[in-house]
Amino acid sequence: MLKEIGTQLRLSILFVVVFTVLIGLIYPGISTLIGQTLFPRQAGGSLIEVNGKKVGSEIIGQPFDDAKYFWSRPSATSPYAYNAANSSGSNLGPTNPDFVNTVKGRVDALKKADPDNGAPVPMDLVTTSGSGLDPHISPAAAQYQVSRVAKVRSLSLTKVEELIAQNTDGRWLGFIGDPGVNVLKLNLALDSLK
Amino acid sequence: MTANQWMQIIAYFVVLLVLAIPLGSYMAKVYENKPFFLSKWFGWLEKLIYRVCGVKAKQEMDWKGYALAMLLFNIVGGLILYAMERLQASLPLNPAGQSAVPPDLAFNTAISFITNTNWQFYGGETTMSYFTQMAGLAVHNFLCAASGMATLMALIRGVIRKETKFLGNFWVDMTRGTLYILLPLSLSFTVILIQQGCPQTFANTATATLVQPTSYDQPVTNAQGAPVTGKDGKPQMTHVTVTEQPISLGPVASQEAIKMLGTNGGGYFNVNSAHPYENPTPFTDFLELLAILLIPAALCFTFGAMVKDSRQGWAILAAMFLLLAPMMYLCGQQEQSGNPLLNKLTVGAHGEALGDGNMEGKETRFGIAGSIIWASVTTAASNGSVNSMHDSFTPLGGLVPMWMIMLGEVSFGGVGSGLYGMLAFVILAVFVAGLMVGRTPEYLGKKIQTYEMKMASIMILIPPLLVLVCTAVAVATGGAGTNNPGAHGFSELLYAFDSQSNNNGSAFAGLSGNTLYDLMGGAAMWFGRFWLAIPVLAMAGSLAQKKVVPESAGTLPTHTVLFVVMLTSTVIIVGALTFFPALALGPIVEHLKMIHP
Repeated sequence: MLKEIGTQLRLSILFVVVFTVLIGLIYPGISTLIGQTLFPRQAGGSLIEVNGKKVGSEIIGQPFDDAKYFWSRPSATSPYAYNAANSSGSNLGPTNPDFVNTVKGRVDALKKADPDNGAPVPMDLVTTSGSGLDPHISPAAAQYQVSRVAKVRSLSLTKVEELIAQNTDGRWLGFIGDPGVNVLKLNLALDSLK
Repeated sequence: MTANQWMQIIAYFVVLLVLAIPLGSYMAKVYENKPFFLSKWFGWLEKLIYRVCGVKAKQEMDWKGYALAMLLFNIVGGLILYAMERLQASLPLNPAGQSAVPPDLAFNTAISFITNTNWQFYGGETTMSYFTQMAGLAVHNFLCAASGMATLMALIRGVIRKETKFLGNFWVDMTRGTLYILLPLSLSFTVILIQQGCPQTFANTATATLVQPTSYDQPVTNAQGAPVTGKDGKPQMTHVTVTEQPISLGPVASQEAIKMLGTNGGGYFNVNSAHPYENPTPFTDFLELLAILLIPAALCFTFGAMVKDSRQGWAILAAMFLLLAPMMYLCGQQEQSGNPLLNKLTVGAHGEALGDGNMEGKETRFGIAGSIIWASVTTAASNGSVNSMHDSFTPLGGLVPMWMIMLGEVSFGGVGSGLYGMLAFVILAVFVAGLMVGRTPEYLGKKIQTYEMKMASIMILIPPLLVLVCTAVAVATGGAGTNNPGAHGFSELLYAFDSQSNNNGSAFAGLSGNTLYDLMGGAAMWFGRFWLAIPVLAMAGSLAQKKVVPESAGTLPTHTVLFVVMLTSTVIIVGALTFFPALALGPIVEHLKMIHP
């Protein structure tokens, strides 16, 4: 029995080592090689450059609370919103009084920035996303902000709506997932209008 | 729920079935050691591995030999992984300069990854180096999945063989499972994931200039690091402006692929598949969802093929589906209805509009449908990855993932472990039916006797025991670390030990770890995995030695609708009776308080 344990123990060690080389080094190595060759932009994180300067990633959100920008969803990352080196959800429960009060505060802030808007505030605009890095808001949340952004930037509603449409990612095959408006790309498009 | 949400659910199950059937018969070929196209191309690699390690591929093992190899392999793997975490600061590929993982956390994490649990008391991007992620954690994502399938194969051989004590060779099963099933699937999936936007790079964290700088308040600390209080008695704050966004990167796609396929679920990033870099689009979400159930569903067909009666596989698959589908509906209905406490504010359209419903902790691109399918599927299987934060679900919406885990991870369950867990329930169901008609129970021609019943009972009783004892200890010692008050805080603790004892790995993630939870959880994961795997192998050894009893008029057919209902009820009754009091104290009381504040 002891001899058998010895044999199997030696085998176990060799097996872990061999497979660490095969699937711990060769497999990710080959994957990286394929990724960097075929899809270098995505493999590098889909980073956006404007005038040679990195301004973010196409699929990672950024915080906005200036009236001239479309606002992103609230983010629970710490110590500041949309910290992409420390993803996190709020993990607040539905009946937690802190949670309900926080949402109330967000509703008030949105209304203060746009007092004339009587439409109900879209849910996704006052709740944090799972990752804290959600690049999207729902089309309803974009629509809610159209008049404010158009007014501050002195643009026509149609122009802003056109940009929203251009920066909306639809459902896959028309029915899988939910459509979302990419906030960073939309705001960059607004800034480049001048 | 909306018509679109129903369509997404139906499309999911249809595509799953279409993919699982061919994969199931392919896997039967792999484990029956028959030649097929991949073994012709990569047979040399398989033989090379045997030669380097010294595997005698022709030599079969009895159940004790098989169990010994399986245990030693997992212990060695766990120790090496522990060492890697502790030493990561001095190992290569650590551009972000992560320091050594603390001992209790490293212990918890090592056990977590060798037991296919992938419970994470840490955030990936802030704790683990690239090397630990890919050469440690991801390696065990492959190996523990292969180990689960190997154990299942020993049990299936026990059922189909007669009057022998041999169950196959553990090392051969491990090698073939990894080489011919997990690696090719993962590599193809990786390429799709990269194309869709998952990073795959060894470059360090990127830095971007924020389009609009942001700011936050930071507490002022003195030279000793203690917070400074102002004249008004409140902690003093300074205003910090942030102009740059650090963006964590890494070899994400290759790890993401196996994390989904091997029912592992351990995220590269803290927020797992909610992170846009782990799950960038609705398309990847759909594929990752398929990957969760693909192998567990396909193994039902493998089982059918190996016992030469495909109806047996269909019956088990049907029972698994019946356990899952109604719960998925409950979750969807609750999450779409939203949180009544918020609906009082002037928020949302209070209906079925896009972006409406309980969106706290959910990503826009997945919406309610993508999030609830995931929550129920990831806990039905022992995957445990998340694409939304279960902690922020409505009380009954959050009960669903908790419940799916409580069923003992047998509705699809882990790769291999789900089906062998379900077979324990099959034996229990056959036994109960046998008692009803007063005949010796049998399954697929093998008599079920005292020994098999003892082993099946151990397998069914150990997880609830672990869950309830650990939760009770956590509560009795003060229940530290919860993120929410009241019943919801209790739910966080219950979920944590439910998830670890049943090797799921998902979480009500608000709970923060401490030394007690790390150690207790580590023990729960260990016993929850191997105190089930060893009885499985013992049962396999006993079944293999039996004669085959010819089918007679008194044999209970195990492929009928009647039997499927019987099996489903057995699983639900055992699950419900054990856990109902605990559920009443957590999600159920929270739900009542929410609707009658």
